[in-house]
Amino acid sequence: MVRLFGPLVGLFFAVALLWSFGVGAIQAIREPEPTTAVQEFHLAPKEPEPGFSFNGPFGKFNQAQLQRGFQVYKEVCSNCHSLHFVAFRDLAALGYTEAEVKAIAKEWGTKAKVQDPKTGDETERDNVPADHFPKVYYAGTGNPPDLSLVTKARHEGPEYVYSLLTGYQEQPAELLKKYPDAKTPDGLYYNPYFANLNIAMPAPLADDQVTYGDGTKATKEQMAADVAAFLTWTAEPKMEKRKQTGWAVLGFLLAATALAYLAKRNVWSKVH
Amino acid sequence: MSFPWAKEYKPSHPLMQWLDEKLPLPRFVYNAVGAGYPVPRNLNYFWNFGILAGVCLMLQIVTGVVLAMHYAANSGVAFDSVEHIMRDVNWGWMLRYAHANGASAFFVVVYIHIFRGFFFSSYKAPREMIWLLGVTIFLLMMATAFMGYVLPWGQMSFWGAKVITGLFSAIPVVGEPLQQWLLGGFAPDNAALNRFFSLHFLLPFVILGVVILHIWALHIPGSSNPTGVEVKTESDTVPFHPYYTAKDGFGLGVFAILYCTMLFFLPNALGHPDNYIQANPLSTPAHIVPEWYFWPFYAILRAFTADFLFIPAKLMGVLAMFSAILVWFFLPWLDTSPVRSGHYRPLFRKFFYLLVIDVLVLGYCGGSPAETKYVLISQIAATYYFLHFLVILPIVASIEKPAPLPFSITEAVLGKDDQTAPAA
Ligand code: HEC
Ligand code: HEM
Repeated sequence: MVRLFGPLVGLFFAVALLWSFGVGAIQAIREPEPTTAVQEFHLAPKEPEPGFSFNGPFGKFNQAQLQRGFQVYKEVCSNCHSLHFVAFRDLAALGYTEAEVKAIAKEWGTKAKVQDPKTGDETERDNVPADHFPKVYYAGTGNPPDLSLVTKARHEGPEYVYSLLTGYQEQPAELLKKYPDAKTPDGLYYNPYFANLNIAMPAPLADDQVTYGDGTKATKEQMAADVAAFLTWTAEPKMEKRKQTGWAVLGFLLAATALAYLAKRNVWSKVH
Repeated sequence: MSFPWAKEYKPSHPLMQWLDEKLPLPRFVYNAVGAGYPVPRNLNYFWNFGILAGVCLMLQIVTGVVLAMHYAANSGVAFDSVEHIMRDVNWGWMLRYAHANGASAFFVVVYIHIFRGFFFSSYKAPREMIWLLGVTIFLLMMATAFMGYVLPWGQMSFWGAKVITGLFSAIPVVGEPLQQWLLGGFAPDNAALNRFFSLHFLLPFVILGVVILHIWALHIPGSSNPTGVEVKTESDTVPFHPYYTAKDGFGLGVFAILYCTMLFFLPNALGHPDNYIQANPLSTPAHIVPEWYFWPFYAILRAFTADFLFIPAKLMGVLAMFSAILVWFFLPWLDTSPVRSGHYRPLFRKFFYLLVIDVLVLGYCGGSPAETKYVLISQIAATYYFLHFLVILPIVASIEKPAPLPFSITEAVLGKDDQTAPAA
């Protein structure tokens, strides 16, 4: 039974597949899929010079850079983007003292909303360290995504954020000539790192937009790299601990496996 | 059952003697994985993967049960609760990465285990039942992993669930109502998330039950071996302990090193970035792809692009995808060659290696966007896949001239066997 029906079923699927293949192949030859502007002009993310300190198995965050990145977020990005998963108290990991964290929370522009339980009135109070970064309302074009996880939510996230922020440019004449329909619509901006090349976010960074307390020159590239590093930390605050733990675990496992190998060789020496 | 020369359990300590009378659990262990279980002396490292799969199952159950203590199966808070695990729960990040990468490790191990079975024809009599139970475990694993992936309620969770449950709507007449019944709604939502969590918690224990049956069935004929020649005498075997406990211990160490390297240094490499975006029914991701271990089957599903003999392409794809696994159930009866091991089957071996490449190609296409070139390649690869199991294997079995087999395992290992002369 199996040897009768088996081959019949096999041939049935095979013929159906070859039929699909034939139909598809003829279609592909008759009307080859046209190339698109995205296929031709989209760019893969690039790394900042001289690379991120946190990449690689020994990578670590640079606290000064994270503080600068936080400053960029606070002064620029926070106008449009929230940071839902981060609490003010988490900033202690960037090297801020308890008093500094308190001050950052207290002075944060958007206040925490509370409802008076007696009257039901909405009131506001200053943020405290235990509060998460407040919600951000945005009236312009497009939907600014929450940034807490964005470096994990894109391929090569940190490099992507850096490239996106530094990648704004005029739409190439070559592109317009070849794909007139792909002209960037009004209200959008051309950016070859963005998935569909036209992004609703206006270029947020320009040289010297912020003034760094540590004297670092605030070029566009510097700010982009700093905020990308900061957003890598917000996406995975436990990264350093993860890698440190990893080395301890691997050290133990290598030793244990070496012993296991010797034990195995010893046991088997009697029968080989 | 075991070989007549299996050592008997003889407890020396009075406490163990007492226990052996009341509940012979130590005797059971001794006969299952101890000195009382004789095993072929020539097993290679491919025979480590069964134990490794068992380790993976325990790892998933332990990490999963602890994750479930902190996870909240409600579509409003599921995504946040997973981030709470990552950020606020002590060692929560490690648990979650251990569980997510544990699923991948489990599938790597099980795929190697299955392909070991293909090469050495481990499915042949008298081991058909072990094989059937194994395929059942694989199906349960796929269901478990699919539902687990929905739990973090990211974009791929949602859209993956939508695409896969949408497959049921291809079934004529009852398809649509069936899909709605499965989801508890028209699209994945809180009702679906809750039942997926419930089943994702349950199924691993069902798997555990089937694993016990799988090992029980294994202990009746005992393990096969790389020559495929059955055990004849005591000199063909060694006791499981200490020989294979030692070998499995070393194998486990190597596995743990590779697994921990992924877990601690590349924890998101096998996941899709879109799953770090909360599920949004109004925004379809550019490419919906399942986890890597489903890619070969996903490629088969998508390979059917034209209606065939009045059967809609979508239905063909669904039938083919399920058949791609179901054919494994029939292998013991499709491959009728009396020789087990691929080492002694020159023609079969070539087709086996072709199958390995074929499945890798299918996997690559399944993980790629549904562009014409990938679809055309998967159509050819899927054709070979079905022909291999259903047409080529039966033909090869009847036309192939196998290489001469060794007289016994002992002869294969030592070059001679004193028993070669008619046994006394
Ligand atoms: C004027 C408001 C505004 C400011 C300021 C702003 N953004 Fe945006 N951002 C947006 C909008 C709107 C989008 C959505 C774009 C779209 O989907 O087309 C966006 C999208 C993004 C994205 C996601 C792109 C993607 O792949 O989907 C990132 C990353 C991002 N912004 C980072 C930043 C950073 C970092 C800063 C601070 C340096 C910043 N933004 C400042 C409005 C803003
Ligand atoms: C056969 C064994 C199992 C497999 C193959 C498996 C697979 C998976 C997968 C692929 C995910 C998604 C991972 C992610 O993206 O984070 C997941 C999540 C989850 N699993 Fe499992 N699992 C298994 C056993 C279990 C068990 C036994 C439990 C609990 C009793 C469990 C509880 C959970 C929970 C709570 C989540 C959601 C949390 C998270 O996303 O990390 N799992 N599982």
